[in-house]
Amino acid sequence: MRRATFGVLRLWIVPVALVLWELVTRMAGSPYFPPPTQIAGQLYDMWLSGPLSQLLLTDDALNTFGPSLGRLLAAWIIAGVLGVAFGVALGRIRGLADYADPVLQFLRALPPPLLVPIFFVLFKIGTPTQLAVIVFGVIWPVLVNTTDGCRAVDKGFLETARVFQFSRYDVLRRVILPAAMPKIFAGLRLSLSLALILMVVSELVGSNSGIGYSLLYAQQSYDYAGVWAHIVLLGVLGLLFNALFLVAEGRVLSWHANARRTV
Amino acid sequence: MLELVDLGHNYGSYRAIDRVNLKVAQGEVVCIVGPSGCGKSTLLRSIAGLIKPTGGTVLLDGKPVDGSPENLAVVFQDYSRSLYPWMSALANVSLPLRRRGLDKKKREAAAMNALDQVGLSGAAAKYPWEMSGGMQQRVSIARALAYQPKLLLMDEPFGSVDAQTREELEDLTLRVCAHHGMTILLITHDVDESVYVGDRVVVLSKAPGTVVGDLPVQLPGPRDQIHTRELEAFVRLRAEVGRLVRGITPYRNTHGYGVETR
Repeated sequence: MRRATFGVLRLWIVPVALVLWELVTRMAGSPYFPPPTQIAGQLYDMWLSGPLSQLLLTDDALNTFGPSLGRLLAAWIIAGVLGVAFGVALGRIRGLADYADPVLQFLRALPPPLLVPIFFVLFKIGTPTQLAVIVFGVIWPVLVNTTDGCRAVDKGFLETARVFQFSRYDVLRRVILPAAMPKIFAGLRLSLSLALILMVVSELVGSNSGIGYSLLYAQQSYDYAGVWAHIVLLGVLGLLFNALFLVAEGRVLSWHANARRTV
Repeated sequence: MLELVDLGHNYGSYRAIDRVNLKVAQGEVVCIVGPSGCGKSTLLRSIAGLIKPTGGTVLLDGKPVDGSPENLAVVFQDYSRSLYPWMSALANVSLPLRRRGLDKKKREAAAMNALDQVGLSGAAAKYPWEMSGGMQQRVSIARALAYQPKLLLMDEPFGSVDAQTREELEDLTLRVCAHHGMTILLITHDVDESVYVGDRVVVLSKAPGTVVGDLPVQLPGPRDQIHTRELEAFVRLRAEVGRLVRGITPYRNTHGYGVETR
């Protein structure tokens, strides 16, 4: 309770920052830096003046956010599944990591946006390519963390499993994966914030829907308040995703937080 | 039922145990005691199939052991690394029963029964980190009981709990094992404990560990922490084992409480 109150009190920084922002931009008077009130007005006009039945979201908002968030979540889930699967293999199959490492480090160093042309050729223009860009960009934190987590499973846990002759499936499902879960979640969280960035990037090139496309459109029509509205939107989305993720993590990993507190 | 023939193990050039010979009969409680670093844990890990001994053989029911044998359970010293913190006590106890081909209901019933026997029926839903060390080790014992192994290995099982809990757990082990007729091999560095718990005390020398004494414990049962420990026979045997552990040449007295050394 006290911590919650304290958390709310700490939010005083938000209005202070907003007021400062307003003052500075008004004094500067630059068309490239509209004051937050103007940005908020634009944000409201574009997306938040819809009917109650759509939770106040306008049709434009639904048509813009829908495809973007859909692709983001789909790509994040695909990357999560692939990253965990490969990470477990790399972490648990002795010697495999040594072979795979050079290739992985090479792939990891490639900036995903540069691969867009290649993905265009491999997949169709549109959603498949955008998914590929996001997946390729966000799989690494999950993969690396899962590999680490699976490699570092406490020997005691594994010996217990061996003595009681758990099946291979049980060892994986009930020992290795849960033991690696704190690391896997750390990777997934990093991936989620990266996915938001790559979602926008993937929509800036060869797309005709989504937040990135809409941002580009605003930019090209010299609607600077609109551009800023997109930026604010992305920040809020990032904040929201992180908060939701932490709630989910708290539920899945409650044993971990508690075990650490008592040890 | 368990026989060790010339069992030896080297870690590189370091010889941990050397030609250990031991026979354990069905239903016996054998304590292996020795100074720290005498290869007690190496011995246990060889039997459990967690390491492959570099020499000799382990026979279970006359068959050589390769890998982790069937029907064997271990209670490890470090319960915090042996109980899974992401599972409740009940789940920890019932998990090994999956391969016994029981359905979920039967597994949980067997696990509840085992938890009940160690006095934890009220804590089935608790997680290991919500329990004291003594309780966690009880869960480990319950897990072994529910598994119904023929052979139970205990590796310094009471080494990480306080003295009072230790006595409770010793009695608990004796009680449930008498009840199940389980064969137990308990490893300890505590001379007192070895005499109190064992039907037989086997003494290992310091590294390379080898059997230097094998003493039958003839104390009246059921054993009692206060009463048993004040018996003359207990005191004498404890002294005998203590000497062996410290490597002092055993003496033979005229009453025949001698020690046969190998």
